[in-house]
Amino acid sequence: MENLKPVLEMVDVKKSYFGNQVLKGVSLKVMPGEIHALCGENGAGKSTLMNILFGMPVIHSTGGFEGEIRMNGEVIDIKTPRDAMKYGIGMVHQEFMLIPGFTIEENVKLNREPLKESILGKFLGEPMKNLNRDEIRKDTQAALDQLGMDMVPADKVAGLPVGYMQFVEIAREIDKRGVKLLVFDEPTAVLTEGEAERLLAAMRALADQGIAILFITHRLDEVMAATQHITIIRDGAFVKYLNTADTNVTEISALMVGREVEVIERAKHHEASNEIVMEIENLEVNMPGEMVKGVNLKVEKGEILGIGGLAGQGKIGIANGIMGLYSATGKVTFEGKEVALNNPKAAINAQIAFVSEDRRGVGLLLDESIAFNIAVPAMQNQGKFLKKYGPISLMDQAAITENANKYIEELDIRCTGPNQNVRRLSGGNQQKVCIAKALTSEPKIIFVSEPTRGIDIGAKRLVLDTLVKLNEEEGMTVVITSSELAELKSVCDRIAIVTEGKVVGVLPASESDAKFGLLMSGITEGMEG
Amino acid sequence: MEKAKKLIQDYGVSRFIVTCFAILLLVVAFLQGQDMNILFSDIINRFGMYAFFSLAMVPSIISGTLLNFGITLGILAGVLAGLISLELGMTGLTGIGFALALAIPFGVIVGFAYGLLLNKVKGSEMVVATYVGYAAVYIMCIGWMVLPFKNPAMVWAIGGEGLRTTITLDGYYDAILSGMWNFQIGGVTIQGGMIAIIALACFIVYLFTRSKMGIAMRAAGANPIYASAVGVNVNKQRIIGTILSTVLGALGIIIYAQAFGFYQLYTAPMNMSMYPVAAVLIGGATTRKIKISHVLLGTVLYQTIITVAVPVASILVPDGGLGDVVRIIVSNGIILYALAQAGGNK
Repeated sequence: MENLKPVLEMVDVKKSYFGNQVLKGVSLKVMPGEIHALCGENGAGKSTLMNILFGMPVIHSTGGFEGEIRMNGEVIDIKTPRDAMKYGIGMVHQEFMLIPGFTIEENVKLNREPLKESILGKFLGEPMKNLNRDEIRKDTQAALDQLGMDMVPADKVAGLPVGYMQFVEIAREIDKRGVKLLVFDEPTAVLTEGEAERLLAAMRALADQGIAILFITHRLDEVMAATQHITIIRDGAFVKYLNTADTNVTEISALMVGREVEVIERAKHHEASNEIVMEIENLEVNMPGEMVKGVNLKVEKGEILGIGGLAGQGKIGIANGIMGLYSATGKVTFEGKEVALNNPKAAINAQIAFVSEDRRGVGLLLDESIAFNIAVPAMQNQGKFLKKYGPISLMDQAAITENANKYIEELDIRCTGPNQNVRRLSGGNQQKVCIAKALTSEPKIIFVSEPTRGIDIGAKRLVLDTLVKLNEEEGMTVVITSSELAELKSVCDRIAIVTEGKVVGVLPASESDAKFGLLMSGITEGMEG
Repeated sequence: MEKAKKLIQDYGVSRFIVTCFAILLLVVAFLQGQDMNILFSDIINRFGMYAFFSLAMVPSIISGTLLNFGITLGILAGVLAGLISLELGMTGLTGIGFALALAIPFGVIVGFAYGLLLNKVKGSEMVVATYVGYAAVYIMCIGWMVLPFKNPAMVWAIGGEGLRTTITLDGYYDAILSGMWNFQIGGVTIQGGMIAIIALACFIVYLFTRSKMGIAMRAAGANPIYASAVGVNVNKQRIIGTILSTVLGALGIIIYAQAFGFYQLYTAPMNMSMYPVAAVLIGGATTRKIKISHVLLGTVLYQTIITVAVPVASILVPDGGLGDVVRIIVSNGIILYALAQAGGNK
């Protein structure tokens, strides 16, 4: 083993965008036939490193990079994605790059179809030759077999479950002859547990055939389960090269964020009270994919309430319905007054704030500054940040900047300043801007949906800490909707589980995982609702 | 070198190319021995004529109805207001003041109806706008024939019915603003009055974009879902943006006409929307983002090219007919280039 050359070596890679250094000398070494994890927080530079490896145009149009890429010991020059393919580097994308209307085999072989002679082809050359359908099917079947997937090559991609699409992508990559290195970018993010396990098994099978795999993921238990070595980067710098066997999840996450990650400890828990601040009666929300079909829920004053449940069961729809973003029926009473539904303004004026699960779509104006994003709702609804000049009132830039600076410091929003566009921020920092935006209108209750979706451990912690702090110090009532039960259990007082559009039970957060699991699967016998 | 590259990037590559082209034209004109004083005076004059139309793009872009190809509607409303002022025999500052004042309610009415329409065709505003503009021009072709105008200076001499294709402002308010407060700098005529009016209009629009409503409009245009989630009525903002744009267009045509000396009817307004659209795009705006500086710089650049290209081309291509062909190629080429930049370069 010792004399084996690494398949891929990236040596001291540096890259800056417009004077902002995002990679400060990262090195990476992947041996043949190993599964190698690349770990780092969002914004640590993983995507940039991969863009360099694939010769993406964004790298070369911004002045290229410093450092060396070696394959099997030879220095190579990757200028375009085509070069990367030529050297045998394959990529399984985070977002599927498949054509839904094509069959599996057509997707796998797209633009690389084996051909056979035809009459027109004799005269007009390759573009007019016929496809060799048998060959296509045979190759595709072989690739699927290699993955251990029981799929029919002639099926359309459109009807496949999400998890299967991922395997089609992989089949396409391994079907390319001479693949030496496969990059998996967050492949398990969209998979169910069972599918993820199958994927890991497929990865191991590939590795056994000598293909090196570079595995990028946030799920550290998968890193522990599947990989041999780990490279950790932080803030664009190389941190450590680890043997998976000699480490553990705590060490990895500590290295990733540069500090110990502990479970969030709450100073005090909310005492169960009968003071109901919000009452939701028979709420039905017509939100595609998250239908709410008659929710009854009481929110106690000053508590942190979690809303959990599996994806697609309707938990996301509740907050969206109350905030008037999707059409809803039913009755919502806040502090004794009924809140009009289907009217965002009414909810906001009742001092209800909402941090949407869809940060980029609903939560932010991506091409506006941080300061502007934070100020708009408070300005539009409460007339804050306006300065009167006789009959006209104009926005008060100084106050807006000051407010933004306050939150940048309080929430540790990492940015170049309040005037930076939010598009350029990482997911976690965008989330903090969303929270700052909600807090600026001084709400009495705040709904936060999927606060930690797609953000890294460090930012996750800060976001949750912020919510807990708000609750403890300002006495704000917080309602967190999240798919991650563990996260809810770490911060909430009570957790309501939503299944099939209805609240099937509300349990104290200290209840066992098993009980929550039963509720999620819709089993409510022996429990009070 | 790096520094120069960065400067160009900050300025915008396409804007840089157009600026270079404008400067090149000026240099060629100078080498051909053209009267530069007249050229520069001309550029300033044309800038005054077109600035309002370019400014009209600001509310439509920030409210999210994108580039207002339907500025033609505002132009028609303005022409109608202007003709009424002539019909009533009003002259001088009173005449143009009346025309401008009347153009505002006309613009509001037309803009409101047009805004309702644009809210029904979200996503294809620009295409719809172009054809609405064309349709309106032809409807008004009938209108100009049947509207009961009686002023003999305006109607056809024979028959006494229907308006003429061009109606002179001589004796009414020809050059009343573009002739106001003019002064000379080294032989170049600077139109003090026009520049003051345009500066005032820009300042008002700038203030508007910083008002509460302006901010709401910006949010509605940048991300309608965000805007409605923070309690902004997106459709209302789009209608207001369209109204403002239309009103600016209506005012613009009256200012244009007094500088030009004529109201032009029938098919004349057909492609008027192209010039301001091209100008703001050259100036650095995109279909989503625009600043007052884009309006001013773009109008100057575009009008410089158009103004200088004509005499330069007529010397380069002395054949009488071809000179005009070259002019048309240049002006349409610039429009084409500008439209190709509409998405903005990242």
